[in-house]
Parts: sequence; C-alpha cells; structure tokens
Amino acid sequence: MRYILFFVFLLVGNQTRVYSQHALSGTITNEKKQPLAGSHIHAGTFFATTAVDGRYVINGVPQGNIAVTIEYLGYKTLDTIISMQNDRVLDISLKPDVSQLSEVVLKKTVSEKNAATQELKANVLENYSSESLGDALKEISGISSLKTGSTIVKPIINGLHSSRVLIINNNVRLEDQQWGTEHAPNMDVNTAGKISVIKGASGLQYGGDAIGGTVIVEPAHIPVKDTIFGKTIINGATNGRGGSVSSSLSKGYENGWNWNLQGTFKYLGDFEAPDYVLSNTGNREKNFSGNLGYKGENQGYSFFYSYYNADIGILRSSHISGMSDLIRAINSGQPQVIRDFTYDINAPRQELQHHLGKVNYYTFFSDASKLSLQYSFQFNNRKEFDLRRGDDRNKAAVDLDLMTHSFTADFETNSSEKVKYKAGISAAYQNNAANTGDTQVRALIPNYNKFDAGAYAIASYQANDNLALEAGMRYDFSHIDAKKYYLKSRWTERGYDRDFSNIIIGEDGQQWYTNPVFTYHNFSGSLGAKYQLNDKLTWFSNIGIASRNPNPAELFSDGLHHATGQIELGDLRLKREVALKMSTALHYAGDGFAFEVNPYYNTISDFKILIPTTIILSNRGPFPVWEYRQVDVRMFGIDLTADYDFAKNLNWHSTAAFVYGKDATNNKPLIDMPPLNLNNTISFKKENWNHLVLGIKNETVFTQQRYPNNDFYVDVTDSGEPVSTLVKISRPPKGYSLLHFNSEMSFDVLKKSKMTIGFNIQNLLNTNYRDYLNRTRYYADELGRNFRIQVKLNY
Amino acid sequence: MNVFKFLSMGLAAITLCSSCSNDDSNPVNEEEVITTLTATLTGGGQTITLTSRDLDGAEGPNAPVVTVSGNLAPNTTYNGALNLLNEAATPAESITEEILEEGHEHQFFFTVSNALATTAYAVPNDVNGKPIGLNFTFTTNATTGNGIFTVTLRHQPNKNAEGVSTGNITNAGGETDIQVSFPITVAAP
Repeated sequence: MRYILFFVFLLVGNQTRVYSQHALSGTITNEKKQPLAGSHIHAGTFFATTAVDGRYVINGVPQGNIAVTIEYLGYKTLDTIISMQNDRVLDISLKPDVSQLSEVVLKKTVSEKNAATQELKANVLENYSSESLGDALKEISGISSLKTGSTIVKPIINGLHSSRVLIINNNVRLEDQQWGTEHAPNMDVNTAGKISVIKGASGLQYGGDAIGGTVIVEPAHIPVKDTIFGKTIINGATNGRGGSVSSSLSKGYENGWNWNLQGTFKYLGDFEAPDYVLSNTGNREKNFSGNLGYKGENQGYSFFYSYYNADIGILRSSHISGMSDLIRAINSGQPQVIRDFTYDINAPRQELQHHLGKVNYYTFFSDASKLSLQYSFQFNNRKEFDLRRGDDRNKAAVDLDLMTHSFTADFETNSSEKVKYKAGISAAYQNNAANTGDTQVRALIPNYNKFDAGAYAIASYQANDNLALEAGMRYDFSHIDAKKYYLKSRWTERGYDRDFSNIIIGEDGQQWYTNPVFTYHNFSGSLGAKYQLNDKLTWFSNIGIASRNPNPAELFSDGLHHATGQIELGDLRLKREVALKMSTALHYAGDGFAFEVNPYYNTISDFKILIPTTIILSNRGPFPVWEYRQVDVRMFGIDLTADYDFAKNLNWHSTAAFVYGKDATNNKPLIDMPPLNLNNTISFKKENWNHLVLGIKNETVFTQQRYPNNDFYVDVTDSGEPVSTLVKISRPPKGYSLLHFNSEMSFDVLKKSKMTIGFNIQNLLNTNYRDYLNRTRYYADELGRNFRIQVKLNY
Repeated sequence: MNVFKFLSMGLAAITLCSSCSNDDSNPVNEEEVITTLTATLTGGGQTITLTSRDLDGAEGPNAPVVTVSGNLAPNTTYNGALNLLNEAATPAESITEEILEEGHEHQFFFTVSNALATTAYAVPNDVNGKPIGLNFTFTTNATTGNGIFTVTLRHQPNKNAEGVSTGNITNAGGETDIQVSFPITVAAP
C-alpha cells in the first residue's frame, strides 16, 4: 500500500507546470440585465460561481484558447471558446429556457457530489449490456462483487453487501429479496443511463439503513424538443455460446411530452472454465420497460413500468446434500458433474420476475422550490428449483411473492443563495407470501406484512467560494408482523419457549404456528464538507450514521443451505445494527491527469453475521450449524482511482481498493472481505481513425490472508471405518492476475446514425482461477477465455 | 392532473392491494424427508432390525435415534431389505416405492468396518439393469467383535463409473440423501 501512495504522489509531483496566467472576470445577468447570482462558469478545468451582484473572477487561467461554459438553472447554457492573451472581461446575459427548468432539480447539494459519490456513464454501461449491474459496478474502485457462479452478481461496497446496500432503480428502492447472498438485483442494466454510487450512509433521501452504501440507477434523459433517438446493442460471446440484444427508442416533443420503450433479450448456454464445462450455468433474460412523461413549464409527470424476467442455471456440482459431498468436492479440486455443453437449464435454478410500476409528479412553486410526489408498485416472484424426488420433482423448493407499495414526497427549496433545504417523507407497505402450498417445503422466509414510514431533512450551506457544508438527518419507523411455523424441537433448542411462548397462536403436529411482531424506531444522519483547496484540488469529508433492522433471513432462517451444506439459523432476538462511517477524499483534476484517494473508517455495532456454532447429526450425516449473531466490527480501507494521459492518444486508468475488516468482539478477521485488488488499463484512442480504441486491462486480485478459521472436523464413513476429517472451508483461494483486451471503432452509417463495433477478449490467457467472493468457489474454476463481439447502433 | 388527485390515486391503490394480500400460511409436512431408515437382516433363523429414526428431519436439532435389535452370528448370510419412511407425515408415508421407481437415479452403498462382513447387491435392479440396493445380502465372516455398518444413499450417482455397480462408492458422485451408521456386534450365539 505504501508503495502505491508513493507512486501516486510521485505522479502528482510531476504535474507541476509553468504557465503564463491571466484573470477572466465579468457579470452574468438575465435578459432584463438583472444579476444571476450562483451561475456556474467553467473555463477549461477552472470553475467559479457568481456572487449576489452576478460578478465572477477566475484567476490563473493559462494563455491560449479556452472553452467556457456558463450555466444557470432555467436558462439556456452558453458554450463558447475565448482566446486568453491578457486579463479578460466576459459579460454575458443568458436567455431563459423552460425545458431546462423541468429537467433538473435545483443546484446540486453537497451530498450529490460528495466524497463518496462515483458515477458510471452510459458509454461504460453499454460495455456491460450482456452482463449485469454487479459486473458494471466493478469499474468503480472499492466495489467488488459477491457472486454465485458467473451470472448472479451482487455489488459489495467497501466490503459490505446485500441488505447493507440499497439499490435505487429509477428513484424506487428495489425490493427483490435483497437479503439473500444468491439473490442478484432483479433489474436490467440496459435500462440505466447513469449509475452513481454513494459509499456510506449519506444518501439519506433514499433510506437510513445504507450501512454499506447506495447504488442509484437513473434512466437516460430525454430532452424537451422534437427528437427521436434510439440504440440497439447486439452482443455475441463464445463462452456461453450466446449473447444478448437490447434496444431502446426515445421520442421527445417540443410541447413537453416524451416517451421511451426499451427491451432486452439474453440467451446463454453453459459457460466454460479453461478445463471443463460449467454444467448448468446457462441463463435467459427477457426484460421490458416503458415510460411516458410530460415536462411542462412548472410541472411535469411520468408513468413508468418495467418488467424483468430471468431464468438462471446454478452450477450443478455446487448443489450438495451432506458433508461427505462437500469434502469430496473440496478435495477433488474439480466439479463432480461435468457434462457436455448444453443450452438447457435444469435444477438447481432460479426463475425470477420483477414488475415495477410508478407514477411521478412534480411542480415548481417559484424558481426556488420544487415538490415531487411518487407512488410505486413492485411485485417480485422468486422461484428456486432444487434437485427433488418423486412427485415433487418439478416443484419449486422456494416460491416467494413480495409485493411493495411505496409513496414518497420530496420538497426542495433555496432559502437564500447560500442555504438550500431538502426534506421528504416516505411510506411503504410490503407483503411477503411464501407459496408453501405449491412447494411443499417449509418456508425459509415466512409470510409477513411490513409497514415503513420515514422522514428526512437535509440542509446545505455554501459558506464561501471554497467551502460547502451539508447536514442531514432521518427517522425511520418499521413494523413487521410475521406468521411462521417452527419445528417444536427447533423452538425449544433456540430457547424460544422461554422468551416467546406468548407468540404461539397454534400448532400442527410437530410444529408451532407463531406470530412474531417487531417494531423499530431508527435515526440516521450525515455531515459533509467540501473544500476547494485550489483550482485542481478538492477535499471532501463525510461522517454518517446508519441503522439497519434485522432482515427476514437474520430473524427467521432455519434450514439447510444447499450451496454450502450448512444449516443456517436466524434469531428472533436480534437487534438493529448501527454503523458510524467516516470517510474523506482528496480529488485532483488537472490537465491530462486526475486522481482520487479515499480512505475511510467504519465501525459497526451489533453487526449481524453467521458464525459456526455446532455440528448436528441427521440421517444424512453430520451438518455444521451456523447461527446469526451480533458482533462489533471495525473496518477501514482505502480506494484509489487515477487517470493519466501519459502520451498522445495514450491513457492509463487505474483503480485499487483495500479493505481491512475485524470482528472486534471475537478478535478475529471478518469473513468475506474483498482482498486487495488492482485494475490497470492502458488504452490507445485515435479519434480520426474511426474513433479507434484499443485497450489492455490487467485485473489483479491478491490472496486474502486475513480470514477466520471456521474449519471443522466431521466423521466420514464412506470407507467403512469412521474417519475424523477436517473440512477445509475457510482458506481463501490463491490470488490471480488476468489480462483482458478490448477494442472498438465507430462508423457513420445512413443519415445521423452511428455504428460502433467492439471486439474484446476476457481472460486473454485462459487463466485458471477461483475467487474468494464466489459462493461456488469450492466446486469449480471461474470462466475461461471469452471472445465477445458487440455491435452498437445509435440512431 | 393535480396533486391531490394524484395522491388519492396512490392511496387508493395501496388500500386496494393490501386488502387482497394473504398473510396466513399453511403448515407444510415435507414429503421428501426421510425420517426413518430400517434395515432388516434375515438369516440363520434370526431377524435383526436396525433403525435410524430422526423425527425432526435433517434440519431439526435432534440427532437420530439409532437402534439395533440384536447381535449377528458369524459365518451367516442374511437377506437384507431396506425400508424408508417419512414418519413426520400422518399417516406415515413409505418412500421405498419412490426410490424403487426412480431406481436409475438412486443407489445404496454399504460398508462394514473391521472386516466383520461383506455385502452384495440383490434384485430388483433399475430399468437399466444396474443395482439399486434396496435389497442386498449381508454375509458375516468368522471374525467376531464390534464394528460399524454404514448405509449411504446417493441421489443421481454416476452408475456407470468404475466399481459403482459392485458397490464401491469412491467414484459414485451424486448427493448424499442418507448416511447412517449402525453399531453392530458379531458374536457366536
């Protein structure tokens, strides 16, 4: 780590250059010559804001031609190029633009551009058209992925994932059984126009429980003018022998109406590792979304609907029934089931559907106040098919219907040029129904009704030209009313007969029927500061508190997990966990060089974690039991990003992330922490050769040396004599280093259309490797070499 | 569209949909659970019954109760038969038939420690003529003493792998649906 920092500073040091410098100043007014205070002036890499009298000054502008952009909300943005030979005065009067007013909200508050926010734009997202949200997010330093095979990918933000990461899809909090480590976000990455990530709790408007962070997915913007545009992306891949087609069409009208239609179809067969077929890893997706909106002069509304449908095969050999199966898998080093390639998907598999519908309305009261109202509806159906016997063979083993209604109202206002407020309320109702009549399997997650309500307020203050401050807080109420059957033997073993005998409402044979009810009141908050040290260097700092209630798995689990062969037990006594995260970032953006260094410290009390406790015997042999417990956790880490145009047409882009996690209660390393990882890309770009891009990327993941030792002994009787055998589940796989190649060229086709052809090779050297954060790592290697072609048509 | 119309629409939708939700669940007695495995060994004028009974299933905290009805005699061939039950259901369901019908996807394997006995498959076989193991022979040697008799059921084993048809589990693969160990004693009567 020391060396990396040293390297970064070395590069920064080299950036000092000598310029002949001038001052650019002037006054920005409206068409009636009234000053526009708070206008933004960008001159090259410089930036200034006008004062109350509309005046601005930018010092230190280098000699030569410089691009100037002047923006003010509600006015047409002015772009021009001026020649700086001496100090210069540039007075501008901006013209009103009604379309602008509806497009954006007020000026960006600190939280929208704070230390921990990073973005992915459409051009990057398009590269992941045939993959998933989790794959795309890995572009951002400090984000890794928790995988099950290669298609179920969940984002990990600074070491935390699942219920600790909120995903906001088109301003709706995604509710798709996100607690499960094998439950990937139920959304199509092709619907995203932009994705931003807030690392930590400062996304208060979205929720107070973002212990890890918030991923915000926004659709592409449709301007208010007569326009029609669209794009089609076709992907073909050799690994999986399939691909995807995604297409969208957007239409805008001068009168403010707009609509958009988008669809994706994906079809892939078994993936292949370098040495064998990963049997039963094919997947299908059929997704659709549509939007109809109106953006008026001072109000607007939109109707949105999206549908996600996926059928995902789970590696056949990762399904185990007992410890001897697990030991065989670990010892053999290769999958127990290797079949010929096929497009067929059999059990184990997941069948997922997610509907999201929403209506949104907003209105401006004056230039400075906006009220937005939104109602959304989500329906998620998750079916998991297991290897079953007899009449149940074709029945799902898990079948959950999750329905969520939510309503939000957000209000934003400027009380003065320097102070802005944002406040809102939200309410949500959720119902989970386990279709046990269809599955004939006791429900892991019981039926429940949940009601949530929340309120937040955020104030931001522009203290002076260099310093901006922000403070926010949020209150959340949550009430959950569940109905669950417990095996009487489990009920007693958990000690629930002592603590919860009052919630028993019935019995059936050897099961108790119970009605657990929980109510939570949570507070969360955030403080942020942004300080402009000079034209190129900005310092951000943030401290946030987040509180998360136990999720359904943590409360109610009681069953065998077939991917790990462990029995996982929830606990009705679990309390909320509270995280306090401090984070700071230094951001430098100069000519041809930019970097960001972002260290953080996160302390989480009552962190809920699975801990192995005992081994039980059954007719299927012994099973290890893992229970949800609460421990105090300390985490710290550092994320680095650097970008350097080191020669003409050549760029180096680098990200690195390190995180240290400790279970302070037991004084042990925290399980499942992403190991140190480095990504370095060298790319060559030549605009006048049909926008040629050639790139080579190195992805290096070190071996995770810090892990808790959860290995255990069981008696294995396969050979006749019982042999006490160590089950080595703890040690992370060795680190790896991969090379990827990518290239693309663009051509003008027809009239006003552009075609981009991309060719890339993933895992160029066909390296065998396994990843610590892949739930199937005991059973098989990761994907081997993959040639992919992408044809993208923008029209 | 005004704000209040919009609001009331949203609230109406919430009320409507929440009233149609179902929040009561039905109890499930899982059909696939094998609570009870009984091996009956008949030979030498004796019938020895070995039972492993785990009424709360694989996921319940209680360990199976293993009983063996008596000692085996040396140098004796017993006809073995397995019976599988789900006693968590009322009335108890037999799972033996199901295993027999899906014989091509199931196979039992037997091991005996301390060289007390040898085992061999008996008919019926599966549709492909491969052994299932619901019936078998159990032949004690001259050796007497204590040992362990283990019965393993593999789901979707590779029945064509080397040694599998003669009862060697090493290459069988598949998933373990049952693995039960019975303490046995071979003693002269």
